[in-house]
This record gives sequence, structure tokens and C-alpha cells, in this order.
Amino acid sequence: MAKLITTPNIADADAFYAALMAAHEGCSKEESDALNARLVLILANHVGDMNILLQALELARQKA
Amino acid sequence: MARKIFEIPLYPYRRHPDQDESTPVRHPVIVIGAGPVGLAAAIDLGQQGVPVVVLDDNDKVSFGSRAICFSKRTLEIFNRLGCASEMARKGVQWDTGRVFFRDREIYAFRLLEETGHKFPAFINLQQYYLEEYLVKRLRALQEEGRPIDLRGRNKVEAIGQHDDHVTLEIATPDGPYNLEAEWIIACDGAASPTRRMLGMDFVGQVFADNFLIADVVMQAGFPSERWFWFDPPFNRGQSALLHKQPDNLWRIDFQLGWDIDREEEQKPEKVIRRLRAMLGEHTKFELEWVSIYTFQCRRMEHFRHGRVLFAGDAAHQVSPFGARGANSGFQDIDNLVWKLKLVLGGKAPETLLDSYDHERVMAADENILNSTRSTEFITPKTETSRIFRDAVLDLAERHVPVRPMINTGRLSVPAIYDGSPLNGPDSNVLPESLRPGAPAVDAPLSEGWLLDRLGNGFQLLLIDTEAVPEKDLSGLGIEPVALSADESPEFAERYLGEAGQAVYLLRPDQHVAARWTVYEPEAVIAAFRRATAREEA
Ligand SMILES: Cc1cc2nc3c(=O)[nH]c(=O)nc-3n(C[C@H](O)[C@H](O)[C@H](O)COP(=O)(O)OP(=O)(O)OC[C@H]3O[C@@H](n4cnc5c(N)ncnc54)[C@H](O)[C@@H]3O)c2cc1C
Repeated sequence: MAKLITTPNIADADAFYAALMAAHEGCSKEESDALNARLVLILANHVGDMNILLQALELARQKA
Repeated sequence: MARKIFEIPLYPYRRHPDQDESTPVRHPVIVIGAGPVGLAAAIDLGQQGVPVVVLDDNDKVSFGSRAICFSKRTLEIFNRLGCASEMARKGVQWDTGRVFFRDREIYAFRLLEETGHKFPAFINLQQYYLEEYLVKRLRALQEEGRPIDLRGRNKVEAIGQHDDHVTLEIATPDGPYNLEAEWIIACDGAASPTRRMLGMDFVGQVFADNFLIADVVMQAGFPSERWFWFDPPFNRGQSALLHKQPDNLWRIDFQLGWDIDREEEQKPEKVIRRLRAMLGEHTKFELEWVSIYTFQCRRMEHFRHGRVLFAGDAAHQVSPFGARGANSGFQDIDNLVWKLKLVLGGKAPETLLDSYDHERVMAADENILNSTRSTEFITPKTETSRIFRDAVLDLAERHVPVRPMINTGRLSVPAIYDGSPLNGPDSNVLPESLRPGAPAVDAPLSEGWLLDRLGNGFQLLLIDTEAVPEKDLSGLGIEPVALSADESPEFAERYLGEAGQAVYLLRPDQHVAARWTVYEPEAVIAAFRRATAREEA
């Protein structure tokens, strides 16, 4: 079974984070919620593998 | 408007000699309810030579406009029952689907179907036509001398269970009489009086909703398409669906939600205003039928209670998304009748009927799951689910990959009885889609269709095996059907996959009981015993 990547995998983490913030710039709370939802759907389709998606959901559900 | 078929008595009351007997006459099987499911039961039993009495408190097909979408499996079952061709001929299909979100169309798609099947994935046909064809088939069987007795305006008013029979009290225009039956099939609909009289629960209401149904006649030339709206301006926060029926009739469903004023919603002015907003100001139409239906999503805990077997809406109810109501009811009958026949003939123990409960409860759960998922998408229950639903619809316009998430109802497909106590050995080199529990898939043969050759008894399908059994394998009543992979590429692909030969033991309902890649008589006999509940796992 394929495993969720749990080590850093984005070459320039700062740049990704900045791009994420920039995408939300000027959005109302409602617009941001919608954007986040679209983003999840686009990324989920890119991943495709249901096992990975379930592991990601599980990890995201865990609280600190 | 001409008198509709549902206004004409098709099986008017006639006094039966049973009513003059001083002691109640006992019949092997009595079916309560001559709706589509009860009629299918009667036809199947009668065709197999099992005497059957059908009682209905009405004498017509079901009133008004109800089901319209019937699946391929339904047509295959009626093919076995000798009445599919008329349905397929009269039924129509839409070829293009369109999805709308709020005030705009987000995408359109063509209906693409797998080829190499005798019947299409579905047809649209008014339920009253389907029932009329069933009554015709039943009459034709009666003409041939098959033992079917359909009694109109015979209302079952009381039922009593005993060890070896059931008693019924029946009201007729001539007053009451009693009957006895070894077995009862209760097909008396969602409000099932039988269920109520036996004090059974109808549990697990997953959701409840109201739908406004409008049938409109439109000018020829209106496209033969299926349109589905999410949150349209003319039905805010709800959904709407339009699709085609035969006779230039279009069906429009407006979902209304739970808290509504039924009278207000059905007023023609109000319905026509909605229709104008939906079809455009210039489309000419005539309103033929309006009604409001309430749906719930639930099932009985068990479909067998002693000598009473529940089928169709009496046993389970689903939302209309995915057309799983009547379609699943016919599969109940397909599953039940051969078992009942073997039990009545002393060829299988009564416990075989417990597998009906097992297999069809499982199928009902699958249907409820699917219709619940559709409902969740169509009517999001929380703010978050609405955000995601709307995101899917927003994205779908420009990002094709999310389109499969759009759920406007998943068309009814037959259940695969995975884990059924009747299933025997599997071979993992054969295609997974035909594993034990699965219904045989159709395929073209050099002459005709595979499914035309299957059903009504146990069969052993042998594909390119060296050994072929004698006729009627070991006197068990298993008919060998030997075919070659050369019949058609579809047949080879669906039944052999990568394998060079295969042996399938098929049940009378065309479902796979067990399969192998070599023919060994002992293995087949063991699997047959298992599929007829004569042997424990
Ligand atoms: C608007 C609408 C759209 C639908 N669309 C679809 C669809 O597209 N595809 C689909 O597969 N399904 C659809 N369905 C569901 C489908 O109509 C039902 O699942 C189907 O009618 C169930 O058949 P039945 O024979 O189990 O019950 P019913 O059709 O309800 O028949 C029950 C029968 O029992 C009789 N009866 C009741 N009480 C007694 C008594 N005491 N004594 C004797 N007789 C009695 C009644 O007179 C009736 O004839 C739809 C339903 C509705 C309302």
C-alpha cells in the first residue's frame, strides 16, 4: 500500500507558503473558504490514490 | 385528454369459488399486492409452474405518474420473464445530459454506453405502461394454462402466522372470506398493511423529503435530454430534474424539502410559473399531471418473517435519486422465486429462504447508501458540505477531473452478493466482475445473446473445457451450457479474461454461484449443494 509522504517534499517551503497566502489575498472569509475547498479538490484529484487520501484525512483530523 | 391507462380497471373484481367454501382454501403461495413487484412475482412463479394467487385491493395499475427509469437489469429480468421486448420498444433514452448550477449551465455530456449488451443501460418508461405490460404477460401465461390467479378488489385485512401456514382475512365487494397459504410474498407497498398487521418496524429513516412531480407535454422538437439543476433560481436551495418519457411527455421533478405547504405548491399557477422559469418563456407546454410525493429512506430489519417474505417498497424505500425503488424490487423477486420454488418442491430446506433475507438486505443497504450519498450532495446538510458541494460545481465548469464527484443520482446497478452463504469457490484468474454473487453479464453470441440462454434453473456454463458433463448433471437438474471463447470478443473478455477456460455454476436468477478454471464434477456438486443451502459452509 502506498504511503503518505511524511517528510518535507517541497523544495522551497517559504515560496509555497507565500503563494498560498497570496492566493487568499483580498478574499472575504466566504471566498477563502470556497478557494480552500477548490484547492482540496484539485489536489485530491492529483493524488488520486484513495489510500493516500485516507491517510491524509486521518492526519488532518488529528488535533494537537 | 384521453382516459389514461391508470383509470381503467385491468383486473375487475370477479367472485371466486374460494369465497363460497366453508373452510378456507389453502394455496402454496399468495402474493399480497399487484403493484409492479407483486406482478413480477406472480409472473415468475406462474411461469415456473408454481400455483400463485395475487390479491390487490385495487383493480388498476398504480395511479398517476410514478417511476419512469428502468435499468438494464430490470430489462434482463423481464427478458427472462418473457416481456422485455415491448418495454424496450416503447421506452426512450436521453442522449445528452446537462448540469446547471444556479443560473448557468456548467457542462454537458453524452451518454456513453458499453456495447455488446442486448439491453441499454436504462430506459425511461411510465410505470403505468410497465405495469400494463406485466398484466398483459400475466394474461398470456394464463391463456397458456399457467396457474396464476389475479384477484382485484381483494383487500387483505388480517393476517395470522402459524407453523406451517398463514391465514388471511380478505374483504371484497361481496363481503369477507378467508384463505390460507403456505407462503406469503408481501408486495403491498411502502405503507405495507402486512408489515403493520404483523407489528414489524420500518426502521432507519435516513432522511425525508417531498417532491413535486410534473408531467408536461411539449412540442416535438424539444431536445431529448436530461437536465439537472442545483440550486436554480426557480427552486432556490433545492434541485430540479427534467427528463424524457415516451409520447412527447417530459417529467419534471422539483425537490421541495420537508417543511412545505402541499396545497400551495400544487396550485397550477405556481407550478406553471416554475415551469416557465425553467423551460424559458417561449417553450409551449401543457401540464398533464401534478402531484407531490414524500420519500423516506429506510428498510425492514429482516425481509423474512416466518412464512411471510417482504419484497419491493414493503421491505425497503429509497429516495428517487438513482431510480432504485422498483428496480430493486424486481431484483428481490428474481432472488426469491427460485428459492421458494425449491423449498415448495422439497428440493431445498427452508433455510434457503434466509439467504433471500441476507442477500437482499445487503442490496437494500447498498441502495440506501447510494441514495443517501446522492442526497448529501444534492441537499448539503451543513455549511461545510455546502461549501464543498459548491466548490465541485464551480470547478466542474473548467476542471474536468472533478466532474465524477457531481452526484445527481447513481443509476441502479444490480447488487453483487459478496459474502453470501450461498457462494462457493472462486478462481482469482477469472475477471473480478463475475465473481461468485455477481449477476451474469450479457454478451453477444454468434447467434443471439448470452442472457437469452441463461436462467430459470441451475446451469453450468463451460467455456472451452475439455470435459463436458452429460445432460442434467448427476440428475441434480443442472443444465450444461458449453460455449467457446470464439462466440464473441466481448464474451471472451467478460468470462475468461486472461484465462484459457472457465466453468461457471449459475443460479436460476443468473447470478454466479461458484467458478473454476477446470471442470470437476465433485466440486460442482458441492457448490450446488451449498447454493441450495443443503450444506453448511
Ligand atoms: C414519483 C416517483 C418516481 C419514482 N421513480 C422511480 C424510478 O424512476 N425507478 C424506479 O425503479 N422506481 C421509482 N420509484 C419507485 C417505484 O414507484 C416503487 O418502488 C414501486 O412502485 C414499488 O412497487 P411495489 O410493487 O413494491 O409497491 P406499490 O407500487 O406501492 O404496489 C403496492 C400494491 O399493493 C396493493 N395493496 C396495498 N395494500 C393492500 C392490501 N391490504 N391488500 C391487497 N393489496 C394491497 C396496492 O393496491 C398496490 O397495488 C418512483 C416512485 C415515485 C413515487
